[in-house]
Amino acid sequence: MRALFFRDLRLALRAGGGFGLALAFFLIVVVLVPFSVGPQAALLSTIAPGVLWLGALLACLLSLDRLLAVDFEDGALDLLATSPLPMEAIVAVKALAHWVTTGLPLVVAAPLLGVLLSLPAPGYGTVVLSLALGTPALSMIGAFGAALTVGIKRGGLLLSLLVLPLYVPTLIFGAEAARRAAAGLDPGTPLLLLGGISAGVLALMPFAAGAVLRVNLR
Amino acid sequence: MTLSVRDLAVGRGGVPLLAGVSFELTAGQALVLRGPNGSGKTTLLRTLAGLQSPLQGTVAGAEERIAYAAHADGLKAALSVAENLQFWAAVFGQREIAPALEAFDLRALAGRRAAMLSAGQKRRLGLARLMVTGRAIWLLDEPTVSLDAASVARFADAVRGHLAGGGMAVMATHIDLEIEAAVLDVTQFQAAAAALVAEDGAFL
Repeated sequence: MRALFFRDLRLALRAGGGFGLALAFFLIVVVLVPFSVGPQAALLSTIAPGVLWLGALLACLLSLDRLLAVDFEDGALDLLATSPLPMEAIVAVKALAHWVTTGLPLVVAAPLLGVLLSLPAPGYGTVVLSLALGTPALSMIGAFGAALTVGIKRGGLLLSLLVLPLYVPTLIFGAEAARRAAAGLDPGTPLLLLGGISAGVLALMPFAAGAVLRVNLR
Repeated sequence: MTLSVRDLAVGRGGVPLLAGVSFELTAGQALVLRGPNGSGKTTLLRTLAGLQSPLQGTVAGAEERIAYAAHADGLKAALSVAENLQFWAAVFGQREIAPALEAFDLRALAGRRAAMLSAGQKRRLGLARLMVTGRAIWLLDEPTVSLDAASVARFADAVRGHLAGGGMAVMATHIDLEIEAAVLDVTQFQAAAAALVAEDGAFL
């Protein structure tokens, strides 16, 4: 399992691996928002938590169609399926590698980009915390969607349509926690709910994704 | 230690291709599958590998003991030859990749990225992967595609070595590898599969 994790990291970091794509997309979205809505600091600071969360979610979505499709196309997924690793572990490890190369850079970049959106000072800690809690769930839900669409050529559209509704609860509670903190309110409740969603997703989704993948490899 | 297949029916997309397949392999034995394109050799191998479930019948003794070599080699272009092998060795809980590099004459290419390999070299790397799995039963689907005569001989040596060490092999191939092996012509099982369709109407 460790070998699979480090292989995925290595592949992501080498040329053509797609590392940085999500980060670049996140950067572009956040940089362009002030140009499109105008430079009023009051307006920007109101929408900043929502923009950061939406940007992170879309950036995450962008890289999902490569999560399992590459291994499916070159035959590695069939070979992994006959290996001693259980299918659930394969999906969970690949989702973890996806989070480390996609979600984690977004978490680190969010406070820097918050400055561009004049995010109010009390909001920074909670934006980072909520993204750190929520992005692992985005990767794991995404891995489930990728498992559902793995046999389909150019399945990106279907994948987005399947995954977006499942992303909604994470987005609502994550953005709400960030918004409350930025407005100087207590973000405790939405943070707890967000943590609950992530914990549930991480506990159950690998089994769902593993079962779906087994069916799709037939 | 045997691989025993009893009254197996396999199909693709719910349509039976072969039915009534039975054979038994013990340590040191090899079986060559023959039959024209599309006759169901790959489907049979995928069923033995556990990648799809049989329509009828049983496969006993394959669980956690097979190493499957498909048409696609599952290589990562961005990784070197040695890194590709090390990855599979680690997945299967093995360490040594040197004998596999040696057996398929890949030592000189060990540091080269898989993207820079020729088709034959990629195939050799894909076959070398079998040696680092440490699994007893090799399932080989057209293993000699894009190999030259010298590489085919190397591959035959590797299979003979595997069999001599108590391994087994089931391969779908059209060329004679000069390996002592039983031959199973799969076309004889097609009639039974057609009967299965006629019997059940829409067989699913």
